[in-house]
Amino acid sequence: MSALEHIPEIDNGLLRFLTCGSVDDGKSTLIGRLLFDTKTILADTLNAIEKTSAKRGMSAVDLSLLTDGLQAEREQGITIDVAYRYFSTGRRKYIIADAPGHEQYTRNMVTAASTANLAIILIDARKGVLTQTRRHSYLASLVGIPHLLVAVNKMDLVDYDQAVFERIKADYLAFAARLGIKDVRFIPISALEGDMIVDRGERLGWYDGPTLLDILENAPAAHTEQAEDFRFPVQFVCRPQDSANPELHDYRGFMGRVESGEIAVGDAVTVLPSGATSRVKRIELGGEHLPRAIHEQSVTLLLEDEIDISRGDLIVKAAEAPEPVKQIDATVCWLSETPLSPARTYLVRHTTREVKAKLARIDYRLDVNTLEQEATTGLAMNDIARISLKLAQPIVADRYQDNRATGAFIIIDESTNNTVGAGMIG
Amino acid sequence: MSTLTKQTLSHLDWLEAEAIHILREVAGQCANPVLLFSGGKDSICLLRLAEKAFRPGRFPFPLMHIDTGHNYKEVTDFRDKRAAELGERLIVRSVEDSMARGTVVLKHAGESRNKHQSVTLLEAIEEFGFDACIGGARRDEEKARAKERIMSFRDEFGQWDPKNQRPELWNLYNARSHKGENIRAFPISNWTELDVWQYIQREQLELPSIYFAHTRPVVRKAGLLQPVTELTPAKDGDVVEDVLVRFRTVGDITCTAPVESDADTVEKILAETATTTITERGATRMDDQTSEASMEQRKKEGYF
Ligand SMILES: Nc1nc2c(ncn2[C@@H]2O[C@H](COP(=O)(O)OP(=O)(O)O)[C@@H](O)[C@H]2O)c(=O)[nH]1
Ligand SMILES: [Mg+2]
Repeated sequence: MSALEHIPEIDNGLLRFLTCGSVDDGKSTLIGRLLFDTKTILADTLNAIEKTSAKRGMSAVDLSLLTDGLQAEREQGITIDVAYRYFSTGRRKYIIADAPGHEQYTRNMVTAASTANLAIILIDARKGVLTQTRRHSYLASLVGIPHLLVAVNKMDLVDYDQAVFERIKADYLAFAARLGIKDVRFIPISALEGDMIVDRGERLGWYDGPTLLDILENAPAAHTEQAEDFRFPVQFVCRPQDSANPELHDYRGFMGRVESGEIAVGDAVTVLPSGATSRVKRIELGGEHLPRAIHEQSVTLLLEDEIDISRGDLIVKAAEAPEPVKQIDATVCWLSETPLSPARTYLVRHTTREVKAKLARIDYRLDVNTLEQEATTGLAMNDIARISLKLAQPIVADRYQDNRATGAFIIIDESTNNTVGAGMIG
Repeated sequence: MSTLTKQTLSHLDWLEAEAIHILREVAGQCANPVLLFSGGKDSICLLRLAEKAFRPGRFPFPLMHIDTGHNYKEVTDFRDKRAAELGERLIVRSVEDSMARGTVVLKHAGESRNKHQSVTLLEAIEEFGFDACIGGARRDEEKARAKERIMSFRDEFGQWDPKNQRPELWNLYNARSHKGENIRAFPISNWTELDVWQYIQREQLELPSIYFAHTRPVVRKAGLLQPVTELTPAKDGDVVEDVLVRFRTVGDITCTAPVESDADTVEKILAETATTTITERGATRMDDQTSEASMEQRKKEGYF
């Protein structure tokens, strides 16, 4: 039973998406509604939130209590960190990242967006497109989320009026064009009443598009529909020489995940940064031999020739090899409360490689509300900026817009080991 | 450019690939990790994932169980058997030893030892100098877990600080720690109870017998079925019934309740799980019902 052979027909894979919007636009209510209407919420959980709702003097069950998980959040009644939720429709499994909307939490939104393939951007029908809507849309496109779904929520509070929806849609399209956002869809909903989420409801008859869940069920699960170059960062080298089995004496397995593209037995490969070349002799997964491996699959590669390969090296197809570089230009989001120090040396983790890095220059900081560029000499938490970094050793990278896995990096402060920055090359 | 509908992994293959990737990152980044193996279904899945990640090599970590001394014999026997079959090293450290050392002091003899596992775990981490503990916790189990990172940092006292977690972006995990601190790594964070059962079925994983329907004396109390055992005898006035039950989670005898069920195969359990109306912890854990925030509290104190 190989991993590629037992895909059941109804299994539409797994979709990771993100919900964003300003405070009170209804993110938590929407997620609660999705979980509730797909029957993911179980009786005891509902019981607990009913009790809490009553304690706070609310008459209806507050579905947002489902996602606001930490004690501090429950006390303040706001979402302070990214929470992950799961539901499944039988056709597809979903992972939702609930990102908070406050300005000071840009870093959480970037974090949640980094693993998402679709973003739902909520707009309160009474308020229309706000500064925050623009900011969230910009961040979603910056992190390269390929599909945006603008959900105009609280339609019940504007009498389900089509004109309100159309006006918001026109406003949004006007600025989306400037951001270069291509794949964007619009849907009117009421998260509270459940209109157009899983069921169509009775009150939005003028809207003839699919429900929100239908859109999710049919969105492409892959990050990109384009063919991508093969990228295989080596995580671990398996050399079981000491094993009692003499057949394993010369076994050298290069373990990792196919970050993009695909590979088949017999393909010519190059190992970077050394440049050594060979061919794929075998592809293994848990003792089975596979004819090929596709993106996101974790496998072990065995090569025909004995070459020295270790963790941090990148295996690519011979014809698709990027150049090693010692300086990178990137857009970064600063994540730490401790500002960036231009004098210090940091650690950059890129794929499975870690290199020391120093700031070469900051081109500008971006005002995420106006998208204006500002001159700056330092970076504080939540700043987004264009910078250049000098590296102690070369890395083999792609532009982020061409390849999410080999174009992304994180910055680590060695004194605390904290992750202090996130970067996108290009 | 032509667009094509790309072949993508099924959801179980995706979850498996992600977990293998996480296990290999722990092995690649940490000097001395350990995998926490209790004999329960989640850690049984972890072992299969570790086989897929590292065979034909040995696991680059030993297995460890923190034994409260109050575990079902079926489970500890299974634990020992499974470790032996795999040919991997199993370390067992027990809460009773911590009690003998005086580092665990029970409020009363009958108090559940479950939360005291934290102390024994921290002692074992120090004894062996582990810099990472791989665990089978899932984010769907509990609200506080829903926000925990896949690589979750613990300070010298084993404490989790939920408001000050390391941002975790893409699949660039940061498992670095200084001496004395450590990382808890959760490869199946993104799995649900249903995913676990589907994986058990697909991989045909063997489980301790008490996961399947069997007849057991129980007392109905506070909406739960409390098993009647030597450790938890019936009290005066209790009505003891023989009921067909199975365990959804296996933990300390004093705080794990079975559910009424006639599911005696993985297929029947799967069918039940898909249509169940109560969460895993809600139906089975007496320790989580105390307050809505009790898991968060225990995690802050160094619990798994
Ligand atoms: N009338 C109405 N109220 C809504 C709707 N969606 C959310 N709300 C309410 O708006 C408030 C904020 O919702 P919440 O989900 O917590 O917003 P969040 O801050 O984006 O997570 C709550 O009182 C909700 O009940 C809707 O569709 N209609
Ligand atoms: Mg919220």
